[in-house]
Amino acid sequence: MSTASTTPSAFDRQGSESDKLRIDAAMHSFVSEFGITTALHMESCVRCGQCAQACHFYVTTGEAKYTPIYKLEPFRRAYLRQTSPFAPLIRALGLIKKPGIADLEQWQELLYDSCTMCGRCTLACPMGIDIAELVKEARHGMFKAGLVPERLALMDRTARQWGSTATPGEDLPEILAEASRLHGVEIPCDLTAADILVTAAPAELGEHTKALADAARILNRIGAKWTMAQSGFDAANVGFNNGDLELQERLTRALIDTAVRIGAKTVLLPECGHAYGAARWEAAKWYGQALPVRIIHMTEFLDELIASKRISVKKIGGTATFHDPCQIVRRGGLEAAARRVLAALGFELIELQDHGLASYCCGGGGGVVSNQRATPLRHKVFEMKRKQIEATGATHFVTSCGQCRITFEMGAKHADWDQRTESMLELVADNLAD
Amino acid sequence: MPDLSPAREGAPSDLIGALRAVQHGLWPRKEFAQAALGSTINGYVFHLGLALVFLGYAPHIAFVQRLSGLSWPPLPDAVMYLAAGATIVSLLLAVVSRLTNAVLRKISTADDLITWTLVMLPMLTGMSVVVEPSLAILARDHVTYPIPLAIHLLSVELLLIWFPFGKLMHAFLFVFSRGATGMRFSHRGVQL
Repeated sequence: MSTASTTPSAFDRQGSESDKLRIDAAMHSFVSEFGITTALHMESCVRCGQCAQACHFYVTTGEAKYTPIYKLEPFRRAYLRQTSPFAPLIRALGLIKKPGIADLEQWQELLYDSCTMCGRCTLACPMGIDIAELVKEARHGMFKAGLVPERLALMDRTARQWGSTATPGEDLPEILAEASRLHGVEIPCDLTAADILVTAAPAELGEHTKALADAARILNRIGAKWTMAQSGFDAANVGFNNGDLELQERLTRALIDTAVRIGAKTVLLPECGHAYGAARWEAAKWYGQALPVRIIHMTEFLDELIASKRISVKKIGGTATFHDPCQIVRRGGLEAAARRVLAALGFELIELQDHGLASYCCGGGGGVVSNQRATPLRHKVFEMKRKQIEATGATHFVTSCGQCRITFEMGAKHADWDQRTESMLELVADNLAD
Repeated sequence: MPDLSPAREGAPSDLIGALRAVQHGLWPRKEFAQAALGSTINGYVFHLGLALVFLGYAPHIAFVQRLSGLSWPPLPDAVMYLAAGATIVSLLLAVVSRLTNAVLRKISTADDLITWTLVMLPMLTGMSVVVEPSLAILARDHVTYPIPLAIHLLSVELLLIWFPFGKLMHAFLFVFSRGATGMRFSHRGVQL
């Protein structure tokens, strides 16, 4: 593959290790990821390029370097040199160049700034290569090499210290008490026993505490015995996005261990896509056995409450369009659940041109929303989404992921767009029927 | 590490999920169809044309029969000439696209050009030995043009030697690659 780039690459470094140690760390991590499925995917690529047209960053810029499979180039070279069936031959004859520090630095932008791990490329690949999953695996090596965008690394360091990117656990009771006073709803904290452990996304512990209050209002309405807990409250697993496996495990265990300790049967995740990816599908991997608790996303929780008539909602009516969060729908399977909730709210749903499994990402997933370096790219994606949203003519624009919502809000502010991005949870909570 | 997460309620078995993904991979989703239509159709022309020539041409069947005893009815020569022509044209279109399209140039490796060359060679050397109808060739008990035929066989052998080293392995691996993703998605309740 060509390694020429049309624009200068941006990269950051953490630590003071030598280039050799960084390369060794990355290669060692890459090799540890090469299981059967990864090998199948690496060997099956015919380099047809069909993944390019699926990627929002390629579609909105036209730059070939954003072709999803190209983002895996150092990973591919590591595979061919170290693990592929002909690796000894490839190394002996020098057929594939070992990734160097310049390669890894260059690919930092491709793996972190211009990939949200949304998996739309996975749908487009005729060989069924799960490129998003491979990018996640490649990020593990980049983190080990200390080659992560500094903003994400800062969040990582914070989460390692606090167990959250938003606040240390000891501040949680105060935050919840303040949210409780502000929104007039009881929010229990650190109960010694409860049926449901409720978790939050970082923004909900800062400027979006209404989301906490909305969840509390619904949980209190159904008479649930629930609590939040200092020992495990932030579900947006920054380790999952950054490639920091150690942190991912620690944050995951904090949630599960807390739930087990208080006897909870359910861990309720907030409206956050990557929280769902990290907890629903990967928590058991870290726990080492089938989980003793059920992990459920807010969207399916609302869907189940409405279907079982434990809550009923007033019909809002009018038209709405819905942005499908990638980790919840395309990689999470909750496409129908979200639409049932919207139907219960009485909306006439006008779908985006690309919706459901094939919906375009908001442009901020996978940590991109927090990576200020990627802001210009994110704004290009926002423009595409904005056009699709406006084309529906819908009155309401709804989504079920806080990170998507923040991404849209940032885009709207930049573009001076007055369409509000509404939270599905908020709509349900504000329209609970008596 | 194994996936120990509980499957989505009502999710199909891993096998069904895998088979559905294999089937869905046969044609692009409607959202991608416009962008992928040309390369998909060209790919089908190439694969079908190659299969027809390889499996349907009477001298090929006779060759297999001599080695294994297996045989089946051949296709008419006219169909073979058409299939071979279409296959060669599709290969030419593929290489032009690879050399001119910015995305394909970016992601192409030496494997792509080596494989293309080694697939094209048997087609060209095969066409060079088609100088008379199949019936006339098979009616004879000896080969009248041994060197062109030897070159044709050599080109096929080169292709077979290269087969496990490059992208040709997708001919076998595509089932497993699609299947693995299908299993992952169906486990999560994602209906491809």
